[in-house]
Amino acid sequence: MSTETDTGPDITGGGTASADNAANARARRVLFGCAALTVATTLAIFFVLVDNTASYFFGARFTDMLTGAATERTVTFTEFFTGTRWAPDHATPAHGVLPIVFGTLAVTIGAAFVSIPIGTATAIYLSEYASPGVRSKLKPTLEVLAGIPTIVYGYFAIAFINPVVIGPIAETLFGINVGRYSLLSGMLIVGFMTIPMVSSISEDAMQAVPDELRNGAYALGATKFNVSVNVVTPAALSGILASYILAVSRAIGETMAVSLAAGFNANITANPFDEIMTMTAYMVSMARGTSAVGTVEYNSLFAVGFLLFAMTLAMNLLNDWFKRRFQEEYR
Amino acid sequence: MNDSSGSNRGEIRSDGGTVTEGGGNDGYGQELFDDIDLGREHLKNRLFLAVIFSASMFGVFVLALLLLDVATDFYVGVTEFNIGLVDFLTSDGSRRPERAGFRGAIVASAMLMALTAVLAFFVGVGSAIYLEEYAPDNRITRLIEANLSNLAGVPSIVYGLLALAAVVNGIGIGPILIAGAVALGLLVMPIIIVSTQEALRAVPDGVRNGSYATGATKWQTIREVVLPAAIPGIMTGTILALARAVGETAPLLMVGALFVNRMPLGPFDRFSGMPTQIYGWAAEPSQHFIHLAAVGIVVLLVVLLSMNAAAIYVRNKYETEV
Repeated sequence: MSTETDTGPDITGGGTASADNAANARARRVLFGCAALTVATTLAIFFVLVDNTASYFFGARFTDMLTGAATERTVTFTEFFTGTRWAPDHATPAHGVLPIVFGTLAVTIGAAFVSIPIGTATAIYLSEYASPGVRSKLKPTLEVLAGIPTIVYGYFAIAFINPVVIGPIAETLFGINVGRYSLLSGMLIVGFMTIPMVSSISEDAMQAVPDELRNGAYALGATKFNVSVNVVTPAALSGILASYILAVSRAIGETMAVSLAAGFNANITANPFDEIMTMTAYMVSMARGTSAVGTVEYNSLFAVGFLLFAMTLAMNLLNDWFKRRFQEEYR
Repeated sequence: MNDSSGSNRGEIRSDGGTVTEGGGNDGYGQELFDDIDLGREHLKNRLFLAVIFSASMFGVFVLALLLLDVATDFYVGVTEFNIGLVDFLTSDGSRRPERAGFRGAIVASAMLMALTAVLAFFVGVGSAIYLEEYAPDNRITRLIEANLSNLAGVPSIVYGLLALAAVVNGIGIGPILIAGAVALGLLVMPIIIVSTQEALRAVPDGVRNGSYATGATKWQTIREVVLPAAIPGIMTGTILALARAVGETAPLLMVGALFVNRMPLGPFDRFSGMPTQIYGWAAEPSQHFIHLAAVGIVVLLVVLLSMNAAAIYVRNKYETEV
C-alpha cells in the first residue's frame, strides 16, 4: 500500500509533468540531431570530393575559389574524360580516366555474368524447390559467404584462383603466360562475392509472391518449371532487378578483392588474361605510395573517388526508381 | 508422377497432370492439350531442377574451396615456413618475414573496434529512435530515410577518402588510429541504424500504449519500456556491424594504415589493423609473406566467427517474446 502512494507523486504529482515534457522535448531534439548527422555525413562526403576535385581540375580548392583564389587549368575535362592513358603519378603524366573506368566496368560486367545467373538460380531453388531442411542449411552457408571480408577474397584470388585455376588453363589452352594478376580473376572473384547478395534479395522477393498465384497456375496445369519461371519470377521482378542493381553497385565499389586479383596496370584490353587496373585499385595504389597533400596525384584520388561516388549513386537512384516503378503490391 | 518432395504445391500439380491426361477423351480437351508432350515437360522440369540445384551448390563449393585454400596455406605456413603461432601472436610486424608477427595488428583492430563502437553506437541508436518513435511523416523524414539507403550503398573506400581529407589532412592529425575509427564508424552507422529500427519495430505498440496509459511521456516510454525490450536486437545488430568494421580494409588503407609494424600505444598513434596487415603481406611477392597472410586470415576469421557467435548468443539468450 505504502509503496503505491510513495511512487504516485513521482510519476504524476508535484508539478513534475512540465519537467517531464521538457525532458521529452530535449530528448527529441538530441535524437533529431543524431539523425541529422547522417545527412551531414553525405554532405561531408560530397563536399570533400568536390573541394579536392576542384584542385585537380582548376589548381585551387573549391573553398579557396569561392574566396577568389587564382585558378589555372591543370587538367582539362576533355583530357580527363576522353584520354586513353592514365598515369597521373608518372614522370610524363597523363590524365585520361578511360582505362581505369574500363577496368571497373569490365570487372563489373564480368562479375554480373557470374553472379546474376547463379544468384537467380539459387534464389529460385531456395524459394520454390528446397525442402525446409535443405533451406535451413543452405541459407546460413550463403550468409557466411556474404560475411567473409573482401580482403580474404582478394587473398583467395591471388593465392588460388589466378595461379592454380586460371594460370594453368591459359597456359595449356591458349599458350598465354598469366602473371600475378588478371582481369578474369577479378571478374570471377567479384562474381563469387556478389552471388549471396543476388540470391538473398531475389529470394526475399520471390517469397513475397503469394501462394494464390502459384496455385492458380497449377490449377491450369502448369508444371513447377512453368510456375517458377513464368509466374513467380515475373511477379517478383522488381525485387530481382533491385538485387542485380545492388550487386552491380557493389562490384563497382569493390576494392580489396579486385586490387589483389586484377592488378595495377591501367590499360584497355580485350584479353581477359591481362593485368588491368580498376578505379578503386588506382586509389589503393596511391595509398601504397606516398603522395603529399596538394600534389596532382593526391588530388586525382578525389577526382576518381568523385566519379566512383557518382556511379554508385546513380545505381542507387536507379534502384529506388525501379522499386517505385515496378513494385507489385499483393495484399 | 512427380519428383518433388510431395509438398502441397506438388500435389496440386499432379492433379493438373491428371486433368491433362483425362482431357484426351473429349474433343475439347484433345484440341487444348494434345500438343503437350508430358514426357518432354517432365524432362524440362528435371533438367531445370538439376541446373538450379547445381547453381545453388556452386556457392557452397566456392566457400569450401576458399576455406580449404586458406587452411592449406595456414598448414604449409606453420609446417614448412616455421611460423610459430605463439611467436606470430606475440611479435609485431617486420620487414623480415621470419620475424613478422600479428600482435600490433590485433591490438590496433581491438582499439579500432572499441572506438568505432563508441562513435557509431550512440549516434546510430539515437537516429534510429528518432526515425522510429518521433519522426513525423514529412519531407525531412523522407529525406533522412532516402539518404540512409544511399549511404549504405556508398563504397567503403569513399569513407576512407572522407576521413583522409577531413580528419587526417583537414584537422591535420595525421594517419592515426582515431582517423581510421572515424571512417569505420561512419561506414557502419547505417547498418546500426537499420538493425536498431528493426529491433524497435519488433516491440509491439500495446507495450507503448500501456506505458502512455500510466501517464508516461514519450521519452519515458522509450527509455523505460521500449529500449529494454529492444536492447537484445540492438546489441545483436551492433555486434554484427562491428564484425563488418573489423574486416574492412579499404577505408584504413586510405587513411594511411599500411607499412606500420609497431603496435599502437593509444588512439593517437600510427597503426595498421588486421586486414591492412594481411593486405600488406598478400601483396608481397615472397611465398613466406603469402603464408603469413594465410595465418593472419585464420586469426581474422576466428575473430569474426566469435563475434558472430556472440551475436547469436545474445539474440537467443536475451531476446524475449513481448
